[in-house]
Amino acid sequence: MTGYALSQPRALEAESIHIIREVAAEMQRPCLLFSGGKDSVVMSVLARKAFEPGRIPFPFMHVDTGLNFAEVIAFRDWWLDQLEVQLVVASVEDAIERGLVREEPNGSRNRIQTPVLLDAAETHRFDALFGGARRDEEKSRAKERVFSFRDEFGQWDPKNQRPELWSLYNGRVNPGESIRVFPLSNWTELDTWAYIAEERIPLPNLYYAQERDVVRRDGMLYAVNEFVPAIDGEQVLRRKVRYRTMGDANLTAAVESEADTNEAIVAEIATARLTERGATRGDDRVSEAAMEDRKKEGYF
Amino acid sequence: MTSDLLRLATAGSVDDGKSTLIGRLLYDSKAIFVDQYEAVERVSTQRGDDYVDLALLTDGLRAEREQGITIDVAYRYFATPKRKFIIADTPGHPQYTRNMVTGASTADAALILIDARKGMTEQSRRHSFLATLLGVRHLVVCINKMDLVDFSEQVYDTIVQEFSEFASRLKVGDLEFIPISALQGDNVVTRSSRTPWYDGASLLYHLEHLHIASDRNLTDVRFPVQYVIRPQSAKARDYRGYAGTVAGGVIKVGDPLIALPSGFSTTVSEIDTPMGPVQEAFPPMSVVLRLADEIDVSRGDMLVRPNNPVAGQQDLDLRVCWMDESSALTPGRMLHVKHTTVWARVKVREVLYRVDINTLHRDESADRLALNEIGRVRLRCTRPLFMDEYAQNRVTGSVILVDEVTNRTVGAGFLS
Repeated sequence: MTGYALSQPRALEAESIHIIREVAAEMQRPCLLFSGGKDSVVMSVLARKAFEPGRIPFPFMHVDTGLNFAEVIAFRDWWLDQLEVQLVVASVEDAIERGLVREEPNGSRNRIQTPVLLDAAETHRFDALFGGARRDEEKSRAKERVFSFRDEFGQWDPKNQRPELWSLYNGRVNPGESIRVFPLSNWTELDTWAYIAEERIPLPNLYYAQERDVVRRDGMLYAVNEFVPAIDGEQVLRRKVRYRTMGDANLTAAVESEADTNEAIVAEIATARLTERGATRGDDRVSEAAMEDRKKEGYF
Repeated sequence: MTSDLLRLATAGSVDDGKSTLIGRLLYDSKAIFVDQYEAVERVSTQRGDDYVDLALLTDGLRAEREQGITIDVAYRYFATPKRKFIIADTPGHPQYTRNMVTGASTADAALILIDARKGMTEQSRRHSFLATLLGVRHLVVCINKMDLVDFSEQVYDTIVQEFSEFASRLKVGDLEFIPISALQGDNVVTRSSRTPWYDGASLLYHLEHLHIASDRNLTDVRFPVQYVIRPQSAKARDYRGYAGTVAGGVIKVGDPLIALPSGFSTTVSEIDTPMGPVQEAFPPMSVVLRLADEIDVSRGDMLVRPNNPVAGQQDLDLRVCWMDESSALTPGRMLHVKHTTVWARVKVREVLYRVDINTLHRDESADRLALNEIGRVRLRCTRPLFMDEYAQNRVTGSVILVDEVTNRTVGAGFLS
């Protein structure tokens, strides 16, 4: 009977599709958080597969910080057109104008995204938000359930999570409460790339190595663009780089790489010695518990 | 694409070195990245530790690092060319037994850690009992801290003997013992030269070669309908498919099926999958079945073979683990219940007995189950549930119980 064994990428795919269908079947108003980053693109592909030949039966939401790479926004619009899904944009700039949030002195909009996300979810009465987070990304994420309960303030209480047994997911909530759902919980960065390669999934070109103008800052390489002008004394270098994560343009660093195809990236990730966040994200360097603290407040 | 997936639950007391062992497996299999290792090294140096505390790699929450304990189930990943491993790292602290049950519910194998200096404890008995109760077929007992008993064969043998006697009272499919030092790496990834008297494999080698393919039920066809796909679009106007995850058996195109509870019969005309159409589907594939006849089938129905159905039961006699700290399971109480893709309600009729998970003694005078207690309970359900014996099928043999007010998952039940 050994012929009836599912390979591990297909087992992960099956589990994710099961989770997505479960949410569509049981929740009133689900929504998929889409950033244009590779994990949300993979999640959108799994959502499409879950309902083929039908359309994805829920809208997508992008929390737009106003600091996105232009390539990512262009990709987002093109890809959602392909999928024929409706997009809700929750704009941080609008929220600043409305007085909902205030710009932080360090220029990072990472933290103030959270109230904007929660506000949009409340306005649209979303009771389930799909996120592309993976448990291998970060220590506090390793503790999170696939169906992660949030109170009316969107807060995560890591010490008081619902037990999650078998594949019996509990999405029951009272009005105002919601769940975050992480269909990619059991995927690793390498699994994601292997799947992208296998399924030929399109991504923003920033993920692929090419010659770009960069400056070296805090030991990391940042591409020079409208959000990251070279400051006094910084030397603009021409380097072959790519991005491993897709955060805000002012906070996300590139890595030197020759990998300009999916297959080359899979090979590169397989031997990588730095985590994707450690290598490229200024926002996670704040403290040991930076992610845990943001998540408790309702971050993705 | 030939490697498969092994789900592993770990259990051990607070000081058995469980987090250290996982840290060691991740580190030695190169699943730890340099920045993670350096962060841990930095903290260890600050605290004045003599060695890099690999437990810090897995204790993800601030409170855990502060208190030096593991509070919640953490999931860890590593892969070798043979397998991808998902580790459910469950706390050993007594008040968190529900997490052990959670971690074991999906595990193929359980790692039980025993401190060689202390021998078997209540917790090692408890964890072994819970793992086997939850249907984990393979127990791997790591006798840890062998470096602190001078790698003594005699110490090892005594524990093996004691554990084997205890295990004979449990339903263990496959039992293996390995002498290790998680801290120093002996017999974790490679065979140690310090245990010449041990002729078995290293832990990692053993985990890579555990045979789990036959653990799934490929005999009894069970297909809980999860979602009906009926596109309202021009290109697929006549498409009607029943999406779900195969819970048991091998479903082939042309197979006769009946829908439960209606009893309507039909045959499988096509099987669509994420990889395109296929001729046969098996667990745990997520597929869409297209049926030859237009019969009334919806979410919550179960498709089975006509000659191999499963009986619907409204009176349920289940093993239940209670997981709620703020209330007890008591007769008369109403609860939500979820079985496969069905939500219904149950009324608690009677607590038949409570099991002392240390002595395995059954207390028949018990009339309630409190947090972390396990017993046998009679429930009356608002509709028939099509449950198999849990030992036959973990998917169709299990339910969760949910509080009607808070919506928290308060119990886990299974038919045995």
